[in-house]
Amino acid sequence: MKWFKRVAITTAALVGLAVSPVWGSGQILNVSYDPTRELYKEFNAAFAKHWKATTGEDIEIKASHGGSGKQARSVIDGLDADVVTLALASDIDAIAENTDLLSKQWQAKLPYNSTPYTSTIVFLVRKGNPKAIKDWDDLVKPGIQVITPNPKTSGGARWNYLAAWGYAADKAGGSDAAGKEFVAKLFKNVPVLDTGARGSTTTFVQRGIGDVLLAWENEAFLAINELGADKLEIVVPSVSILAEPPVAVLDKNVDRKGTRKVAEAYLTYLYTPEGQEIAAKNYYRPRLPALAQKYATQFPNIKLFDITKFGGWATAQKTHFADGGVFDEIYKPGQ
Amino acid sequence: MSGSSGFSLFKRRNRSIIPGFGLTLGITLTHLTLIVLIPLAALMIRPWDIGLSGFWHQVTEPRVLAALRLSFGAAFVAAAINAVFGLAVAWMLVRYDFWGKRVVDAIVDLPFALPTAVAGIALTSLYAPNGWVGQYLDPLGIKVAYTPLGVVVALTFIGLPFVVRTVQPVLEELDTELEEAAACLGATRFETFIRVIFPVIFPALLTGFALALARAVGEYGSVIFIAGNMPMVSEIAPLLIVIKLEQFNYAGAASVGIAMLILSFIMLLVINLLQRWSRRWAGV
Repeated sequence: MKWFKRVAITTAALVGLAVSPVWGSGQILNVSYDPTRELYKEFNAAFAKHWKATTGEDIEIKASHGGSGKQARSVIDGLDADVVTLALASDIDAIAENTDLLSKQWQAKLPYNSTPYTSTIVFLVRKGNPKAIKDWDDLVKPGIQVITPNPKTSGGARWNYLAAWGYAADKAGGSDAAGKEFVAKLFKNVPVLDTGARGSTTTFVQRGIGDVLLAWENEAFLAINELGADKLEIVVPSVSILAEPPVAVLDKNVDRKGTRKVAEAYLTYLYTPEGQEIAAKNYYRPRLPALAQKYATQFPNIKLFDITKFGGWATAQKTHFADGGVFDEIYKPGQ
Repeated sequence: MSGSSGFSLFKRRNRSIIPGFGLTLGITLTHLTLIVLIPLAALMIRPWDIGLSGFWHQVTEPRVLAALRLSFGAAFVAAAINAVFGLAVAWMLVRYDFWGKRVVDAIVDLPFALPTAVAGIALTSLYAPNGWVGQYLDPLGIKVAYTPLGVVVALTFIGLPFVVRTVQPVLEELDTELEEAAACLGATRFETFIRVIFPVIFPALLTGFALALARAVGEYGSVIFIAGNMPMVSEIAPLLIVIKLEQFNYAGAASVGIAMLILSFIMLLVINLLQRWSRRWAGV
């Protein structure tokens, strides 16, 4: 069986090589997740200009977007990416575990845990906040409909889930039982589970389903921009989670393609004032203190906890979202 | 499904006048192997990393069972609805001439051509509580979007052309003399339909039903928009496969895939046997 699998994989790889386009070193591919479309469209143009000015070389940056988990799987299955910019560390961990494209210590390579920008989870409600939703506790009241994607398929939904859990656990003095009970109650109020963050936004905004949408902060801003401040407003909870969407260079791919220099420069550019400004303009929270100050009015101050509260992504993923984990228990029949 | 004995693959039962048996058989087998068998073999190899007990554990989870029930149940209901209304549509297109017949004929094929995601989004915006149709159903307490009913609606939409297109040619071929004879012998029109027409078109109707069913079982694109995807309630089996893949659980995904394959195969086999029986019964 092992032997057969090896043969099958080799064959698939050869076929893949035969049909994959030949990448010049003047081209890199950034495999990213769903809500970063607007951010990287702007950033790629800026970086291409910067690269031309500093090295004189033309560079073309291609971007691919989709659900974070699906994107990670595409890379594992052989999508020839130079860099990945995904929704959560565990998706890049999965690439490191399932392939030898990058080292398991990838997260130590760039500043701030390899996350050049951050975000958080906020509430989006209908204009005028008819259900008077102010904080997490309001979400588990009977008769309130909460829209969130499925944590099994959406990175953003996992942040939603952990933010709710962390809030309830802290309130009860750090009790996991309270966290679990709260999240179970919350999901009883969810009428529709979309597979991705964009799908949930559509369900809430276009279909008029639900009273409150749990969303990435940047998604919430975008929804208001796209659909008008006369329909929706953002509610900032008392406490939320610091979402850190990480970035990494896929060592093995860039060495083979000879794109290491440009790929590394690309990610480093995210940390420069120019890159940080583009992130902030696209509603991601910048890391650089100077820019954080400049955009302080845009991003309300929230008390944030981070993923270390859950023992890091690897542990959180196993405990909560793996098959048979806590999230699956919530949907056990007869509960 | 010829009734030849399979003892010797290459021995022809009787010398056929048409040459090229060996060539066509070779092409058929090569094509089927490349297009159907190799991908299916790849699927069959996947789950055994976790062993038979692992496979069994994966497919007997309550959530997987609920999803399989919904996928096959909704597909069956949708195919049944299509069998009735598809027959009516085919009947009208064959038997009557009216202004705009060509257009109606073309409309039948639309669900074939439309990308399923587009169909899903369109149906959802129609049947959502704030949609054109949904707003009238909602006060009556009928919820379509985000319920299993929505799944049936989507599967009915994509399955319609199969029944119409399989029944249509048979109806066109039908001899009017048969009906005239029945009328001469004093049969009412209803009796004529039940005892003369229906037995003849029944095998084709079954084929259309089977095609619509098979297509609906595997449908993903249009359903995920309208289903609501609630575990144990409105989660379809193909979505569970995707969810398992999201968690890098390839073996689990392949397990559900194989379970669907086996169920589909059994279903199609039963339908095939039904057809052979009905052909004999109709004396065709």
